[in-house]
Amino acid sequence: MNIGNLPFIVAALLVVLGLYTFLFKRNLIKLVIGITLIETGVNLFLVTLGYRTGGISPIYTFAPEAQQMVLPTPQALTLTSIVIGLATTALLLSFAVFVHRHYGTLDVRKVKELKG
Amino acid sequence: MTALTLHAPILLVALPLLGAFATPLVGKLGKGARNTLIGLIVLAVAGLAAMLAIDVFGSGGIPTVYELGGGTFTFPLSGGQVPVRILFEVDGMSAFMGLITALIALTGAFFSFSYWKERSGGNLYFSLFLMLIAGVFGMVLTGDMFNFFVFLEITSIAAASMVGFRVWLKQSQEAGFKVMAMYTLSGLFVLLAIGLLYGQYGHLNIAVLARSIQGSLTDMVALGLLLTGLAMKAGAVPMHMWAPDAYGESPAPMSAVLVVNSQASLYGLFRILFTLFGASISTGTVGWILIVLALLTIFVGVTMALIQSDLKRLVAFGAVSQIGYMLLGVGVGMAVIATRPEYGLVAMQGGIFHMINDAACVGLLFFASGVVIRAAGTRDLNQMGGLGHRMKWTSIFFAIGAVALAGVPPFNGFASKFLIYEAAFKLNPFLAVLAVLSSIMLLAVFVKAFQAAFLGPRSNTSAHVSDPSLGMMLPMAALVLVVIVFGLFPGFFVDHIVTPAAKALWLGRDAYINAVLGG
Repeated sequence: MNIGNLPFIVAALLVVLGLYTFLFKRNLIKLVIGITLIETGVNLFLVTLGYRTGGISPIYTFAPEAQQMVLPTPQALTLTSIVIGLATTALLLSFAVFVHRHYGTLDVRKVKELKG
Repeated sequence: MTALTLHAPILLVALPLLGAFATPLVGKLGKGARNTLIGLIVLAVAGLAAMLAIDVFGSGGIPTVYELGGGTFTFPLSGGQVPVRILFEVDGMSAFMGLITALIALTGAFFSFSYWKERSGGNLYFSLFLMLIAGVFGMVLTGDMFNFFVFLEITSIAAASMVGFRVWLKQSQEAGFKVMAMYTLSGLFVLLAIGLLYGQYGHLNIAVLARSIQGSLTDMVALGLLLTGLAMKAGAVPMHMWAPDAYGESPAPMSAVLVVNSQASLYGLFRILFTLFGASISTGTVGWILIVLALLTIFVGVTMALIQSDLKRLVAFGAVSQIGYMLLGVGVGMAVIATRPEYGLVAMQGGIFHMINDAACVGLLFFASGVVIRAAGTRDLNQMGGLGHRMKWTSIFFAIGAVALAGVPPFNGFASKFLIYEAAFKLNPFLAVLAVLSSIMLLAVFVKAFQAAFLGPRSNTSAHVSDPSLGMMLPMAALVLVVIVFGLFPGFFVDHIVTPAAKALWLGRDAYINAVLGG
């Protein structure tokens, strides 16, 4: 099935939504959700880059002759990016937990002892 | 070239990374064993960085290429071959950044041995420290875009953890969240840009991309994303709000390493602008964008430093403003690269020379402020005073670092800032005026801090303080030595290490590409 440029549009939409969330929401957890949305958009973009219509997975052993394969590099990039994303999200969420423990709130307008 | 020099690029990354994961295990055997391991690793790293620098600077501007899992290809390639594996490519600029990282790794580690002696969480601290060092080395040595992103994220995670790993401190958690959020955002911008470049050219190697780049609209979007992402991670105004928090809330020796981390992002920015996009962008426009960012960073950094009463945060804003001077030097170089007048190279030399000078001065200031804050038991300058009576050496070191950073002769900050003033004046006198004025304001900032902390009558708080142990004094003295020697003999260092680095960026684009792909 040919889905054309649809994945690229979805990826761009995810990135824009994530940026909006990151810039305009006031809750620390929502900021993390925003970052995760951007990350998902970027990952989707990377995977889509390597997609070839009707392509099979890029494993040469027992591969049928003369069949197009999807590109393996973007998949490797995406896997790496997902793993990194897991680490950053975990770190961000644990910081949010400790901020809540110390400040008693997740509202960024109230968490600002460091300014100026 | 010996086998050790040949493998130095990967060892510089592998040794600290191995050490980072070995530290918690070896730490179970006791502090002595752990410190021996870390000491050996940073000494080895410093030696390797020096060997690599001697090799690269001696080769007359031809970059060294290292292939991971190598042996299949000989570089430079010929006949339209393209590299498949990940490459490390070390030219003058990379080797120069390696030297800066090694300097701060060495002094930071030995300072920390004493500084962190009586505190808990030492295993975690040194583990993160080594991971950060490994990431910075990876960023400055790699020749592959995606690899650069991976190391960027390694430094992000290690640096943010470094800021916030003391979870019992209230403000460090706020700073940690802010730093990690900004670092992640900058990393995602960079990754998106890498995706855009890969989608068009099907390669991730910097040399291959640099040869095939067209300057299409998509490339410009990628350039904008890279510029925003890396300037954000370097702490350039207006994306600097994480920087003073990070430098201010992390443990004192780590603030120095975080500054080097910011410089590594700046290196990435320069590498991308000069080597990757060098031929396909309007260098005048991008150069002036850098100059505007630079002026904003210098001015906002200094003005904010002026109103601080927290010693560490004051030094942190000073460190933010210095990023601006590097941007100014290199921005002037970029703005005139198309016409290549004499002063373009001078500007590059100034900007790049200022990197190592800034690392030494800011490192010294952070070390000294850590000692002062611990001795006084407070970070508030209004509650300090009279510490100079009993902390003679610390106050002398702090004073030397402060005047050197503010650009007073005969110290190293003057040597590099003078080159920047000179070149910026030739491009537009207004730039030089603003840069000089900001330097004077920075001097005022440090005079205030010095006066508040060290001068004044003996008080109750200053009665029981003393200079720190030799373990902390020696690393500070080593940095003072760097500050003074670089200030007294700037010509020697400019000729032997700064000029090759500046030329590698300013003139070395073809050499960088040809070292991988052949002429």
